[in-house]
Amino acid sequence: MSEFVFLYVNGEPPATPEQAQQMTQRWMTWMHELAESGHLKDRGVPLERTGKVVSGTTSKTVTDGPFAEKDIVSGFSLILAKDIDEAVECSLGCPIFSAGGAVEVRPVRQLTM
Amino acid sequence: MELSDHLFRREAGRMVAVLTRIFGVHNMALAEDVVQDAFCRAMDVWPFQGVPDNPSAWLMATAKRRAIDVLRREHTAQAFAPALSAALDEDGADPSILDACFETEAIVDDQLRMMFTCCHPRLPETSQVALMLNVLCGFSVAEVAHAFVETHTAVEKRIVRAKHVLASLRHVFDVDIEADVERRLPVVHRAIYLLFNHGYHGASPESAVRIELCQEAMRLIALLQVHPRMRTPATNALAALCCLHAARLPGRLDDAGAVHPLGAQDRTLWDRAMIKDGLELLDRSARGRMLTEYHVEAAIAAVHAEAPALAATDWVRIVELYDMLMAIRPSPVVALHRAIAIGERDGPEHGLAAIAAIERPDRLARYPFYSAALGELELRRGAANRAHTYFLDALSVARNETERQFFRQRIETVLSVGNPTIASPLPSPDR
Repeated sequence: MSEFVFLYVNGEPPATPEQAQQMTQRWMTWMHELAESGHLKDRGVPLERTGKVVSGTTSKTVTDGPFAEKDIVSGFSLILAKDIDEAVECSLGCPIFSAGGAVEVRPVRQLTM
Repeated sequence: MELSDHLFRREAGRMVAVLTRIFGVHNMALAEDVVQDAFCRAMDVWPFQGVPDNPSAWLMATAKRRAIDVLRREHTAQAFAPALSAALDEDGADPSILDACFETEAIVDDQLRMMFTCCHPRLPETSQVALMLNVLCGFSVAEVAHAFVETHTAVEKRIVRAKHVLASLRHVFDVDIEADVERRLPVVHRAIYLLFNHGYHGASPESAVRIELCQEAMRLIALLQVHPRMRTPATNALAALCCLHAARLPGRLDDAGAVHPLGAQDRTLWDRAMIKDGLELLDRSARGRMLTEYHVEAAIAAVHAEAPALAATDWVRIVELYDMLMAIRPSPVVALHRAIAIGERDGPEHGLAAIAAIERPDRLARYPFYSAALGELELRRGAANRAHTYFLDALSVARNETERQFFRQRIETVLSVGNPTIASPLPSPDR
């Protein structure tokens, strides 16, 4: 088994309370199923939609952000799969797609001597 | 973990009510943004950390935290509720001043304030109902439009315009001024009554009954019932009316979505516990000098609820009650139902005569159960041909598939049997 990280890249926020509840429910169901099938090594954590961006080689600049409601990473999970194809397969049920979001499936680099 | 049905929608109403009180009624949009933000946060966090033990409290606490952020950020730029602005100026946005706003009792009071605010006399009744659904029940514009069988644009315009009117008021209704409550309460009752009826007799295209609307109406009444100034005989009568009607829903609507008229309902399906509640409420509503249309309608519903079968109904009492209703709040639909009751009491000829005596029957031309009532009464007295014509008329103005299906069945009955002895149901949606 190899490890992968799912980076959840947010889509449109839900527009109504009912939609928000449906999305929340679908997320929970999907994660639950992922855990049941043994592919979820670590649920990971959600991320705030705010923060700071630090950059610069010598003198650092610190700016506020990102503040976007869309297209920012809103969380990540650690996934177990035999290869990238299976990891991608695992991501397909993620409700993020229906909101126009995306899942970045990133293999964890294996540390070799 | 399954969230309970419509949890977010219900919580939206509670949160918007509280936040609007904090931000001021002119900042309702800001309140709605904060609520939306709380939902997004739940969506982001719950899948990772699980649903909190008390989701409602979690959402409310999240909204509170966001409200404090907003106040900190914007209290110099925005004019919030006057009392709050003053407090903020004094101590530089100390979040503890909000604590009292989020106590359970305060939340209920805020919902009541919002309910009374939505029923501002400057707003037409349709706007009051739409606004209550949108603001207090968390229905989106699309959901309100769907419930009222109207276009999204029309409903959106109505709600935006209504919110604009509210914003110009600058403050929410004060539920502590007794005289104001007394004056506004009947308007609130009326709006809730319309909401309930819209669900019960609704003309929604795919379903004649929208139980959700009935439930929302009953939830709003339950809020009125917790407040000592609002738990009036009229409130109890309205609650009784809703209870006694809702108790019949399991018999009225079958699994396939077909509506059964009162006479054709399996009365064993009626919710006996709810009928008991309704009768108790009706009893309590009689403690006072006031007699409202809700009292009379609830009394009519009670007679039906207590009758073991249609034939065993106390039609003498029902006719009396309809006479009373005509005196309090006359309408062509009430007159029609009175005529139908007379038909049951005295025979079809008398029923037909009572219908013929309704003033300006053109007002009922678009009401399918007008022709249907004529059809049933004609059928009962053996005039199958006339009945056939009337049912065709009813079919032509039917408002949804459920009604169309029902009238087609009646037409088939007339054609195939042509026999007036067939058991005919009460020719109306049950009232």
